[in-house]
Parts: sequence; structure tokens; C-alpha cells
Amino acid sequence: MNRQGSRSTRVLVAATTCAALALALAGCSSSGGSSSSGTSAATRLNLTVEDYYSQPAAAAYDNIYNACAKQLGDTVTISHIAGAALIPKVLQQVSSKTMPDVLMLDNPDVDQIAATGALSPLSNYGITGDGYIPGIIAAGSYKGTLYGLAPAVNSLGLFYNVTMFKAANLKPPTTWAQLQVDAKTLTKPGQYGFAFSGVNTYEGTWQFMPWMWTNGGNEKSIDTPQTAQALQLLTSLVQDGSASKSVVLWTQADVESQFAAGKAAMMENGPWNIALLQGVSGLDWASVPLPTPQAGQKPVAPLGGETYTVPQTGNSAKMAAAGKMVACINSDANQVAISKAVAYVPAKISVGEQFAKTNPLLAPYVTVVQTARSRTGELGNNWDTAATAIYTAEQLALTGKDSPAAALKQAQGQ
Amino acid sequence: MKTRDRPSTLTGGQATASGTPRRTRGRRLRQDRAVTWLFLLPALIYIALFFGYPIVKNVMMGSENYTTATFYTGSAPWVGWANYSSFLSSSLAGTTFLNTAVFTVGSIAGQFTIGLAIALFFRRRFPLSGLLRSLLLLPWLLPLIAGAAVWRWILDQDSGVLNSTLLHLHLVHTSVPWLSSPGMALYSVIIVNVWIGIPFNVTLLYSGMQGIPEEHYEAAAIDGAAGWKAFRYITWPALRPVVTVVLVLGVIYTLKVVDIILGLTGGGPANATQTLATTAYQDSFVQFAFGQGAAVNNILLVVSLLFAGLYLRVNRRASDE
Repeated sequence: MNRQGSRSTRVLVAATTCAALALALAGCSSSGGSSSSGTSAATRLNLTVEDYYSQPAAAAYDNIYNACAKQLGDTVTISHIAGAALIPKVLQQVSSKTMPDVLMLDNPDVDQIAATGALSPLSNYGITGDGYIPGIIAAGSYKGTLYGLAPAVNSLGLFYNVTMFKAANLKPPTTWAQLQVDAKTLTKPGQYGFAFSGVNTYEGTWQFMPWMWTNGGNEKSIDTPQTAQALQLLTSLVQDGSASKSVVLWTQADVESQFAAGKAAMMENGPWNIALLQGVSGLDWASVPLPTPQAGQKPVAPLGGETYTVPQTGNSAKMAAAGKMVACINSDANQVAISKAVAYVPAKISVGEQFAKTNPLLAPYVTVVQTARSRTGELGNNWDTAATAIYTAEQLALTGKDSPAAALKQAQGQ
Repeated sequence: MKTRDRPSTLTGGQATASGTPRRTRGRRLRQDRAVTWLFLLPALIYIALFFGYPIVKNVMMGSENYTTATFYTGSAPWVGWANYSSFLSSSLAGTTFLNTAVFTVGSIAGQFTIGLAIALFFRRRFPLSGLLRSLLLLPWLLPLIAGAAVWRWILDQDSGVLNSTLLHLHLVHTSVPWLSSPGMALYSVIIVNVWIGIPFNVTLLYSGMQGIPEEHYEAAAIDGAAGWKAFRYITWPALRPVVTVVLVLGVIYTLKVVDIILGLTGGGPANATQTLATTAYQDSFVQFAFGQGAAVNNILLVVSLLFAGLYLRVNRRASDE
């Protein structure tokens, strides 16, 4: 009853807003969708879902959202806000109190948005995250409360060109020392041994984390010998010509195109490239976990993946339905469906183990994510500051402006 | 009251001639003024809404701890000059100011010199000159981000077309790190910005030259002044007001360039191409430190305002002449 009343007010407000801002806005989504036809059925809700996917991934997610809505007896209105535009859009919605019912957030952004108070704890909807990879629960939690849950996750690994490795009679490297030797061996005119992204954005930081973390570095203080050694490894690869000097400009997509074009024998990249690489004719590649400082160590890679959250919209019925929606998106079956569609791995450990058996290409990543770490796990919403310092230091060292140790010291002080 | 007044307004001239009482005239004056304000109102509202409000808001934000949480709670604690001092005391501030100055001066010098040369060239009429002149506008018509993406590819160190051309012509021995070296990147970005700015300079300077009467050149030719002398004593003095306008506008446009730098280098490598405008962008929309970003933007605003004031003064003097 109460809901009915408040909804009609909100429709009125929405209609007025639409009329007033008709020119400025792309158009307010119609929030009606009530089922006047069915008398016996409970009120059907229309939930808004917002994510940052673009095609072809968006289509796969649309199917899952629609199937979940159908299962819950609701309808969904889906909006895809391209990549980097999502967070500014969310902030705008936060201030105008027009948050969607279900919001997808990239896992390092959860803390930032949760800190504003705009998200509701998932425990309100009976979602606990039991049986999930610990890293992704840490990433979706802010101050010990779970706000976002990711159905599928990704990480970083080493992709290598099998043809080039066979020609040089090499096996994929498992230690840093081997990586350096192999990269040098495989470097010749027009071809680099190794490619990675050292760009001056959080993407560059993300790519640096496996080296830093596996060697015992920590984002709380980057001015340490462990982190300096990790930075020294990448700097040496660039300085001895095994990696291009352009890595300071390359995004991960650039790295992928270098590798796909046969201009790099190895690359550090994530499983989401698999579909792209499979489409390249004549490219024989394989993927393994990243090399570690010593043989037999477990790599500590960063954990990627998008979480689903329930924003505080003030409409308790819709929030409850949104909670069910998040649970549905995270169901075992959907974890597998999403993983297959976008080449991620399921976030639940048991589901992942099953998944590895039938998807050999993604099997290395099922292992990698078990020990992978969340970026915001230790620093929460202060991660951005540390992430900026890390890519700043990396740029200083890779361009030869400073030694790795001095670069880290300078960036730490900024 | 209004209905009674209307006829007298319609036959205004007649009413004055027949000696209207002072009271009515005063009222009419007031009414005229009200009508004036009514006509001004739409423009005033527009200016207040779309210029006044954002500027006032930005100035305020520069002194607030405005973060992502502000969007939800609505509270942004007042921090006075803290945002300014934290930017000015950071090690990045010096680099940023220097880069902004070098970028602006370099871009303007290149754009203006080349633009002037091309404008002079097109003063002579030759077959297809009209077509060529319109082709020159091309950089202006391209979306900046598309232009930047193509230039990134051209300037690529390993597989860029510029380096492979230079290597094949044996002009260089090793590939030039156009964008990947902190020492080169700023100059490469300037080159691209010069390319973008040329059409603006050519167009304005060329149209300025069209305004110089042909007779001046004919008279000068009789006196033996042609070529360089004609430029020095006729074109340049006559073009001076246009030149000042072009330069001042150029400075204002160049100061606020963000897209081309973001598209080419993102401010890197190692902050080598970070300007005031890109720093403000990074602070606000990457770090979401909106207060800090607004503070940097305010500094940029003051610098731009200085040049805008200069532009207005120069423009007034030009129209007085």
C-alpha cells in the first residue's frame, strides 16, 4: 500500500523531471512496468540494472539479467554505460538520488562508492559469499561488510607464442631469471621478447602488481627493496631491449595487438583476450601463470572482475528484489555462463574447479585466482593514492629518469 | 491600469507633442526601463545559469574537500587554501607550470608562423587554390580524439610511419622515441597541436589580408616596394589588429587543451606532458579529488582571464582605430 502511494508520487516527479529536462537528458527510463493485466500475480517490479559492458559481452550479460528477472517474476531495464564513464555517471546518480536498483561496479571501485554510504550491505539479502575466492570477498567488502559480489573473476598470466618458443627450443619461463634470458633470446629486429603495459593509469599499476606482490612488496609502503627488485626486473627488460620502450604508452589492448601481430613472443595479459587471440589466424599461443622470483613459488596476481551491488534507493521492495537479482546473477550456473561468455573464471572455488576440467584454456587462471589478491583489500578507498604512486614510480624507472629505488622513494613521497 | 496606458503608448509621438503631464512621462520611463529589463532577462538568466553558476561553483569547490562521498552526503567541508597549497607544494607543480608554458608558447609560435606563411602564399591566386585552402581546414574538422589516435600511430617508436620513413631515408640511425621518451614527448605533442592550430590561424589571417586594399600594393609596387618590403610596410601594419586577436585567442585555446594530450600520452611518460589542464582533469575525473581538481582549474582560469582581459583591451583599441 505504502509502496503504491510512493510510486505514484515518484512517477509524477519523474514525469515532471522528464518534461523539464527533456532536451538535456537522453530520456528518463519509464519506470512503470506494473502488471495491470494479471490480477492474481504479485506486483511485478521493473528493476534497473547498470553496468559498463560493451558488445559482444553486453549481449551475454543481457541474457543473464533477463533470465534472472523472468525467474523472479520481474522485468529489467538495462543500461550499459561505456567503461570509464560509469563512475562519473554513478556519482551523478548518487547525488540526484536516482541510483539503479542493481549496479555493477569494477571491484576496486566498490570501496570508493561504499564509502559514500550509497550501497546497502549484501547480508541484508542473505548473501554471504561463502565458498568464494577470499580475494574477491575482500575486494567486494568495505570495512568488513560485503557490498559487492562478483560472479566471475580474472587475473593476469603469461601468454606465449608457441611457434617462436618451438623454433628457439624453449619452454615457457617459470622464474624471473628465465624470463629475462628467454626474452632476450627471442628478441630480434621487428620482434620483442616480452610485452607488458607500463602506462600511466591504474591499468599500468594493475600490470605491475604481480611482480611486486609475488616478491613480497606491499602497497602500504612502496619504498622497499622487494618492490624495487620487481621494478628493476621490468626496467632491465626495457633497458636491454627485450621489451619495447613504448610500454610506457601501451594499454593492455595495445599489448594484445603487439602479441597478435607476432611482434612480441610473450605478453603479460588477462584471459579476456582469449577470444580475440583465437580469432587470429596462424597464431599458435598458450597461457601459463606468470614467472615467480624463485622456482616453485606461487604467483600473487591481482584479482579482477566486476561485482554486483544493491544501491540504497530508498524503495525497500525494489531493494529486496534487487538483492535476489544479485544472488541470481551469482548462481553457480550463471557463474559458468558468464565465465564461458567473457573468458573469466567462476568466483566460487568449487564451481571453478569443475569449470577447469572442461575449459583447459582457462584452467591456468583457475589456479592463479586462488592465490590472487584484491587491490583494495588493505588500503580500502585509499588505494587510488597508492595506485597513482605506483604507476608514477614505474614511469620514472622505465623511462630511465630515475633508478627503480629512487623512483619508488620519490613517488612514495608525493 | 495597463489597459488604459496602452493607447497612449501606441500613439506615443502624438501624446508627447500635445504635452503629456509629467506624472505619465515618469511612469512611461519606468515602464520602458521595465521593458528593457524584460528583454535582457532571458540573456541574464542564461548567463547566470550557464556561466555564472559553474564559475562560482568551481571557485567554491576549489576551497572545499569535495570527494565522492560529497555526492551522497552533500557535505563538503571548507578547507580554505589547502587544495591550492597541496598542489603548489607538490613536486608536480613546477613541472606542470613549465610544461604549460612551453606547450603554449611552442604551439602558438609554430601555428602562427606556419599559418601566416600559408596565408601569404594563398594571397596569390593559382589554379585549385580555393580547393587547397579548404583542404587545409581538414585538421579542424577531424574529431580531436581521432586525430590523436592517428598521430599516436604515426609517431609510434617501433612501427610508426614517421620513424620508418626517416630510417629508410637514412635521416636517422635509430628509431626516434617521439612519445615514449620524457625528453621528446612534449615537443611531439606540440607538433601535433601546431598541426591542429594551423587552420584557425590561416583562416583568420587570410581573411584579414583580404581586407587590405589592392591599391596599396599597386602604389607600393610603383614606388619599388615588393616582396618582403611590401609585407613589412603594408601587410604587417594593416594586419596587426588581426594578429593580436589571433595570438590572444590562440593562447586561451591552447592553455585549456586536454583531449589531444590525453589522446597522445595521457600526460606521460613520467609526467613529461602534464599541463595545468590535464592535471585538473586527472585530479577531478581519475582520482575523484574534485576539490583539488577545481583548485588547479581555478589557477588555469585566472591565467586565461588575464589573456581574455588583454584580448578585450586589444579588441577595443582595434575597433577604436
